[in-house]
Amino acid sequence: MSSRDDILASIRANLPRVDRRLPFVPAFDDEPPASLLDAFKVTLHRMGGIFLDPTAAGDIRAKIASANVVCSVVPEIPGTRDIAAIDAPRDLADVDFAIVRASFAVAETGSVLLSETDLRVNAVAYLAQHLIVLLDHTDIVLNLHHAYRRPEFRDGHYACFHTGPSATADIEGVLIHGAQGVRSLSILPMARSAGDQTH
Amino acid sequence: MSTAREGNVDGGGMPHPEPRADDPDAVLRDGRRLDHAEGASKPLRLASDPRPEPQPRGARVHGDRPIDQAEAAARFIAAPEHEKMHDERLWDLRQKRDREMHGIPEWEELRSLASAIKEHTLSHLDKYLDQFEANARSNGIHVHWARDAAEHNQIVHAILRDHGATSVIKSKSMLTEECGFRPYMASVGVEVIETDLGERIQQLDNEDPSHVVVPAVHKLRTDVARVFSRTIGTDPGDSDVHYLAEAQRDATRPLILKADAGMTGCNFAVAETGTFVVCTNEGNADLSANVPKLHIASIGIEKIIPRLEHLAVFIRLLSRSALGSPITQYTSHFRGPRRGGEMHVVLVDNGRSERLGMEEFWTSLKCIRCGACMNTCPVYRRSGGLSYGATYSGPIGLIIDPTFNAHKYSNLPFASTLNGSCSDVCPVKINIHEQIYAWRRVLVERHEAPLAKRAAMKAAGALLSRPAAYRAAIAAANIALAHLPRFVIYNRLNAWGKHRELPHPPKQTFHSWHQANRGAKQ
Repeated sequence: MSSRDDILASIRANLPRVDRRLPFVPAFDDEPPASLLDAFKVTLHRMGGIFLDPTAAGDIRAKIASANVVCSVVPEIPGTRDIAAIDAPRDLADVDFAIVRASFAVAETGSVLLSETDLRVNAVAYLAQHLIVLLDHTDIVLNLHHAYRRPEFRDGHYACFHTGPSATADIEGVLIHGAQGVRSLSILPMARSAGDQTH
Repeated sequence: MSTAREGNVDGGGMPHPEPRADDPDAVLRDGRRLDHAEGASKPLRLASDPRPEPQPRGARVHGDRPIDQAEAAARFIAAPEHEKMHDERLWDLRQKRDREMHGIPEWEELRSLASAIKEHTLSHLDKYLDQFEANARSNGIHVHWARDAAEHNQIVHAILRDHGATSVIKSKSMLTEECGFRPYMASVGVEVIETDLGERIQQLDNEDPSHVVVPAVHKLRTDVARVFSRTIGTDPGDSDVHYLAEAQRDATRPLILKADAGMTGCNFAVAETGTFVVCTNEGNADLSANVPKLHIASIGIEKIIPRLEHLAVFIRLLSRSALGSPITQYTSHFRGPRRGGEMHVVLVDNGRSERLGMEEFWTSLKCIRCGACMNTCPVYRRSGGLSYGATYSGPIGLIIDPTFNAHKYSNLPFASTLNGSCSDVCPVKINIHEQIYAWRRVLVERHEAPLAKRAAMKAAGALLSRPAAYRAAIAAANIALAHLPRFVIYNRLNAWGKHRELPHPPKQTFHSWHQANRGAKQ
């Protein structure tokens, strides 16, 4: 017998003789906050992310302009490294700023979803030193129950909730940003252009 | 919002007052201390000693012989700086968990849902595994099945050999620890690099992880400085945590870039889509999966859940229970290989299907490895995870480890006060403390209970079944306790005399008082 058959046979022989129905999972959306954007901002900040108000957007544009290597996957902000020309993910190891657009955000957790379509080369969101994520404020859902109804989880091969930057506190509980991946994650609110109908 | 501060005001056993804004280790945002991921909610730093306390090591393992958890725990307690940091740090995680729990009105409903979903899935596991496999295959994932640890290691080795891969970057996986994956790979000449900071520290120190979520939680920064100075060339006198973490980032980055393959574990596998989900704070699973062309994921067969809508329940519970953070920094969903890449999953049994048939213990398979039971356990917090000498430590370890080897881990179910806190915090409602108690009975029946306990139980059983003998014994014991020299009471055969003074014996037993006062009136 193959290992597969062996394991399945062993499971069948040992299945607990209990009657457990699959429960109905509600969406827990009876009392939504007045503003999804405000709720998102509060949790994002708790999770170490940065929300760039329009007043701060000028500063970040200046920072981007002075950076060595900027890899932009969005049409709104130009970069210096063309993602379409990337052969292997490791060619992104020297990127200072990566700029991408989120599929959507989750108010409950302060998360943004980045899919393979958003990233083009998945590794760009982890090898860059800093990550800037454009977000249309109409792309925010209430909680994870609503999030998992989205098509990105059924269509694509890869999607990841980013909630703040790469972080660790494995040594004595001391919080570090930039454990292995990005040192910072900033959300730049920016409406989708009229032509961007992907979502 | 209810915060950990309130916990401090009424004591809570924590010696620290209000969080100090001047804590040099703190990261502030909007004037508030950030405590996401596994970050502490308040300063925990101990007075810096010019001569750092040496790290107590874990249980002594002698082949198949029963692990003496109490002996290793005694050595941990004998290192007060380590014990204090460990205890306070884990209790802080527990308090952060409570804060998150109070922030969600539907918390208890989520726990009930999670438990019900897991029990349903486990009682239809063959069907859902089959569905997961079919969907994963149709997404282009290669699916393998491994009966045990050895087969898992051989399958992974074969995949690597086919690709000429000699170096692997991996994210944390308790399953690969269970399989002895790193020692096996070392024996066949494959270099394995752990990319989680805590796991990397443990790998470089040639020590197992001591906790399922925070693998190096038993170490102080001075211990890490010692390990890193020896292995990655940091300044042995510099134990600044930011410096140590940055040095590790710099040392690991080139290894990530040149690795031939990446490995991850799996937190949840969704049958309806063939997706597997990995939760990390460092983004190291995404680096492992997205930088090399080849991605292999090791998945325990109990990780299956039916649908995406169920994932929401578990993601909402996992990090809140584990760390008191609303979600991990990264929640990664892998449904198929990326363009030009190759993806394999290995579905591993390794005793799980057999555990499914254990009437009293099968619900331990509901475990989502959050570690909340460890953080709340007074025995775990005071003795350190390595004292258990097993892959899984703490309360959940007490009920899983004996299923692997009832003889070797026969002492573990006795390392509990049965206070039930583990069951109270479990996000999937495993009756952990009841299973610990049930294991004690099973081990006694199988004659695997420790000899001293067996002899004591036998004597107690004989005594308790005969009232006259019991009364005589109590009277004698009270006289004895009052008059025996200390060395007779406080010796190594009497566990109740360790680390405590026995109570002063009453002048009179209740029975003799009753005879003298009430018995005469009747």
